[in-house]
Amino acid sequence: MMANKKHHKSWLKNEEAKSSRNRSYYGIKEGVVEMYWDKAHECMDRQQLKELQSRRLVETVRRVYHNVPYYRQRMQEMGLVPEDINGVEDLHKLPFTTKQDLRDNYPYGTFAVPLSEIVRIHASSGTTGKPTVVGYTRKDIITWSELMARTLVCGGTTRDSVIQIAYGYGLFTGGLGVHYGAERIGASVIPVSGGNTKRQIMIMKDFGTTVLACTPSYALHIAETMEEMGIKKEELKLQYGIFGAEPWSEGMRREIESKLQISAIDIYGLSEVIGPGVASECQYKCGLHIFEDHFIPEIVDPETGEVLPEGEEGELVITTITKEGLPVIRYRTRDISALNYEPCKCGRTHVRMKKVLGRTDDMIVVRGVNVFPSQIESILMEIGETEPHYLLVVDRVNNLDVLEVWVEVSNRLFSDEVRKLEELNRRITNEIQSTLGLSVKVKLVEPKTIERSEGKAKRVIDRRKL
Amino acid sequence: MIQISVFLENKKGKLAEVTKVLAEHNIDMCAISIADTTNFGILRIIVNNPEKALEVLREAGYTVNTTEVLAVEVPDRPGGLHRVLDILSKGDISVEYLYSFVRRPAERALILFKVDDLKAAKEILKRENVSVLTEDDVNGL
Ligand SMILES: [Zn+2]
Repeated sequence: MMANKKHHKSWLKNEEAKSSRNRSYYGIKEGVVEMYWDKAHECMDRQQLKELQSRRLVETVRRVYHNVPYYRQRMQEMGLVPEDINGVEDLHKLPFTTKQDLRDNYPYGTFAVPLSEIVRIHASSGTTGKPTVVGYTRKDIITWSELMARTLVCGGTTRDSVIQIAYGYGLFTGGLGVHYGAERIGASVIPVSGGNTKRQIMIMKDFGTTVLACTPSYALHIAETMEEMGIKKEELKLQYGIFGAEPWSEGMRREIESKLQISAIDIYGLSEVIGPGVASECQYKCGLHIFEDHFIPEIVDPETGEVLPEGEEGELVITTITKEGLPVIRYRTRDISALNYEPCKCGRTHVRMKKVLGRTDDMIVVRGVNVFPSQIESILMEIGETEPHYLLVVDRVNNLDVLEVWVEVSNRLFSDEVRKLEELNRRITNEIQSTLGLSVKVKLVEPKTIERSEGKAKRVIDRRKL
Repeated sequence: MIQISVFLENKKGKLAEVTKVLAEHNIDMCAISIADTTNFGILRIIVNNPEKALEVLREAGYTVNTTEVLAVEVPDRPGGLHRVLDILSKGDISVEYLYSFVRRPAERALILFKVDDLKAAKEILKRENVSVLTEDDVNGL
């Protein structure tokens, strides 16, 4: 019976391979295995790509204008008609869409098709009030699966991979998003969902998992639990980690990579846009390729909304150009990034977004300098802290902004010698000052000094009376 | 000799909080020292049950480490401490800090030394007939 099952499975895989053989390309360059899922689109000539984007944008604008009263009203308020948008160069004329706008039209107000066309509904948890509801047509699900297949292949997954999906399944887009992409490739999918870490580790070990998909913080938790259980990384077959759904630092990447002995890939997406599958790092890990044949990215000043020149850091804004169920026009992601249009070594032509630096919600402006808590986090991880607890306290003394950084001293950083703790304090101060270009005062504090609400720490206290 | 080191913010009442935790668990302190700066302090203690002290203090949420220090018996007369320091200095051993026991037998001073090279320090002191105490010696006090 087992043998039969096995046979059945490999037969399926061969069939799958036949249908997808023409689409994927494998080659080796500089010792890195290069793989594409959809080479024609991923490596498309940029001029052709722009033309494709323009056509799709014009069509999307026309569709939302006629099918979504919300968008029509917003465009009318700005004196715009669909004919004003003739290509990518006109994108900046369109109004922004925020999470609040989607929430105001809860649950289905911004859908562009009747509910009968919707085959799947997901929702993103709101920290306050109602969730944001997103709907997919049958074609959207196919698009999403394709994009997730690209993402996973970009990150090293093949049809031979055994992928353990430890993202939550349910209303959250993570679990099912990765699931469909992995099945599309023909990998062996273990849909374990989140939680029960010890069981995750047992499965990873016994089932021979080669790719782990979860949030980076959960990956770190798995690694630490493995240490506690006395399971060595050599006992696992893990090769790749597909990590996303939250911002994480390079320090955290190194930590995960050394603890699990894997290559950790950052993926990006948000449910309002499609879920995971908006952008993914390739094997070179030098920014995340945004799948530009489906999404048009922009970087804007989070305060003024002004489009920023190429390479500058600001808020990432995304317009979907192929989605049917819930197209979004100039969606404010509130994620801070930057765009790099230089060609990538992997051969993909799609723009690379910088690893998300933080959220605009967390950003503080101190003496004209944008400061993100994640920058402080990276520095502390660099210094050897695995789970840094810190707090940025901004105050205004004699008309001057003063930034204090409180750092909880962990057992790992602590020393019984005053000299060493003072050295630590100096080191943190210098690192922060050279990264931010701002003078700061670092204060070492006892553990649990910094308030934690529902496991998520508050990172900023702004005492300035502006 | 195992020393328990605790990170303390330089605030009123912080030390009392730690001693309370220890007292509640029947942990006895036989030596104590505090090093402080304007921002923070480091409490260093020798207790009768270092393992338990480490556990209960960490459980109470403190940043706690253990460090190995030397407990040296110094004759309680002029020049007693000087002799030990001299031996260590000639042996090229740096003393990071030192402090003394709260309790001690008559005519003897017990001094705790944190040195950069514990093994070498032990050997040199032994050679010079200076007695280095073990946990058992101290617990017997
Ligand atoms: Zn690339």
